[in-house]
Amino acid sequence: MKPILLRARGEENSRSINTYLRLGGYAALKRALIMDPADVREEVKNSGLRGRGGAGFPAGVKWGFVPQSTTRPRYLICNADESEPGTFKDREIIHTEPHMLLEGIIIASYAIGANTAYIYIRGEFWTEAEILERAIAEACRKKYLGKDILRTGFDIDIHVHRGAGAYICGEETALIESIEGKRGQPRLKPPFPAVVGLFGCPTVVNNVETLACVPHIIEHGAEWFAGIGRDVRNSGPKLYGVSGHVEKPGVYELPMGTTFREIIYEHAGGIRGGKKLKAFIPGGSSCPVLPADRVDIPADFDSVAEAGSMLGSGGIIVMDETVDMVWALENLLTFYAHESCGQCTPCREGSDWALDIVRRIRAGHGQPRDLEALERISRHASQGMTICPLGDAFCGPIASFLKHFRHEFEDYIARAEPLPPKKLPVLPVRSDRGPFGI
Amino acid sequence: MTLARTRPLTVAPPDTLADVSFDEAMEARIEEILAKYPTRQAALLPLLWLCQDRWGWISPGVMRAVAARLDLAPAHVAGVVTFYTMYQTTPPGKYLLQVCTTLSCQLCGTSGLAEHLREKLGIGFGETTPDGRFTLLDVQCLGACGEAPVIQVNNDYYTGMTPEKLDELLDGLQ
Ligand SMILES: Cc1cc2nc3c(=O)[nH]c(=O)nc-3n(C[C@H](O)[C@H](O)[C@H](O)COP(=O)(O)O)c2cc1C
Ligand code: FES
Repeated sequence: MKPILLRARGEENSRSINTYLRLGGYAALKRALIMDPADVREEVKNSGLRGRGGAGFPAGVKWGFVPQSTTRPRYLICNADESEPGTFKDREIIHTEPHMLLEGIIIASYAIGANTAYIYIRGEFWTEAEILERAIAEACRKKYLGKDILRTGFDIDIHVHRGAGAYICGEETALIESIEGKRGQPRLKPPFPAVVGLFGCPTVVNNVETLACVPHIIEHGAEWFAGIGRDVRNSGPKLYGVSGHVEKPGVYELPMGTTFREIIYEHAGGIRGGKKLKAFIPGGSSCPVLPADRVDIPADFDSVAEAGSMLGSGGIIVMDETVDMVWALENLLTFYAHESCGQCTPCREGSDWALDIVRRIRAGHGQPRDLEALERISRHASQGMTICPLGDAFCGPIASFLKHFRHEFEDYIARAEPLPPKKLPVLPVRSDRGPFGI
Repeated sequence: MTLARTRPLTVAPPDTLADVSFDEAMEARIEEILAKYPTRQAALLPLLWLCQDRWGWISPGVMRAVAARLDLAPAHVAGVVTFYTMYQTTPPGKYLLQVCTTLSCQLCGTSGLAEHLREKLGIGFGETTPDGRFTLLDVQCLGACGEAPVIQVNNDYYTGMTPEKLDELLDGLQ
């Protein structure tokens, strides 16, 4: 497949509006603006485009939830928080062709009737925020942004809003709170943001990659887009980010449904140093881990779900045969314990508690009942027991590591030296120490 | 050309930030920020960034000034500042060395880098060198896992780091 979203990778000045125009940029916008917004929504719906931020919700359907008769302002938010460990694809789009993202945002705003859009970008992406600011200024000068764009009567402004270091702000309602100038604590749903979102108004939140697909759908048609990939439920090009123990880590743009084997062995050059694959996390760290023998499944939403995990953001973390899976789970739990926003008891306490247990197991003081405790935590902090899915995000790893690599935990426990009974940590202990114990 | 391309932070000493006011240039920026949002409160994160760029960190005095400027309760501002990890509430060194310690970076050798930094600088995570040059921080995934291991220094990413590259980088950061 010829790259679509990353077609300009490696080209000089790929970020400038002139390059973008030379590659046919903003033609889709002109076409969209003479369509009825409902037809734009329909086209995106028919393309089968599913959200690339993690949940895979059909974009056109989400746009359809926005009330059309409202007199309140409507907002579009582009989610560029990109904080899920193992995910680094949105950054690649911004570095390559920021105007593709802007064009997608303008078309999506038109489709839902928004006149203001915000790009919420993680605070660490300072360089990327600058790239976007520059692109916005260019687009304003050429009248693709601002009042009455291209003399169509449609007004649209895009503002960049920088986060300040909080994974939870990738969750759409926490993100909304964060733009409103508050702590990033997720809201209860319903009401969904499409009805009551930013500043209490109807709001659509879409991921960078989702929005970058939109101009191509409008330009080449829904059928063309649906023809890329496995089927209409798993359609389009997909950016797979491969990291960890591979020879050539990086972002690869391939048709949705390419197998993990092809991605890891052909594109990413195979396992580093000729070692054997042990396990891979298919779509960012909150997706359940899969053992090496699942490497032949297609990397699309439905196939990965059937295999008991999720395609998530498409960030594939590859681990070779030398990796200690107890250590790997401890590392992931360190992340989630740090990032829980603290609103819901099962998530706040559960993530710390699970981390303490796994740390203790690895330190050589595990007990047989620990695994049961971990499983109990993973049941009780997930599946609707918390306001947002951050609970699920750390419970999936716990359950899957125990399912596929239980023997490694049991080996640690079998070799453990019991602590004197009085010193057993009974209550969860808040520990802010880093992964190196310092 | 050296590897280092990061400019030092301007870090205001605590006694100068007990009571702050915004100069004309900052006021102009604040007006620009306010114009982007329908509520004043929404300007909070951008205004805090503006202050941190200017003074290097957010002191209680800065929080009070921000609260007054946006008609917010000081407690609300303090709550927000402490929620987000990137706002510094104590004066940092001129260079914030932020080492990614999440899985993909760890698989590619972060712990060696962290050890190297600790030995070389004689400080642990969360500490600042006595000369006020470096603050060492452990941070979570920086969203550049394909180029692991990653270190962020102030606003800049340094990717594919090795102990040798680290030495070159540190020497360049004056
Ligand atoms: C804890 C958590 C973190 C999330 N982080 C991100 C993120 O960094 N980027 C993103 O696009 N979506 C993230 N999401 C998903 C968003 O809530 C939302 O579903 C998504 O932005 C919708 O866009 P899409 O439909 O285009 O995928 C996260 C969700 C959760 C629960
Ligand atoms: S794990 Fe270090 S940048 Fe993602």
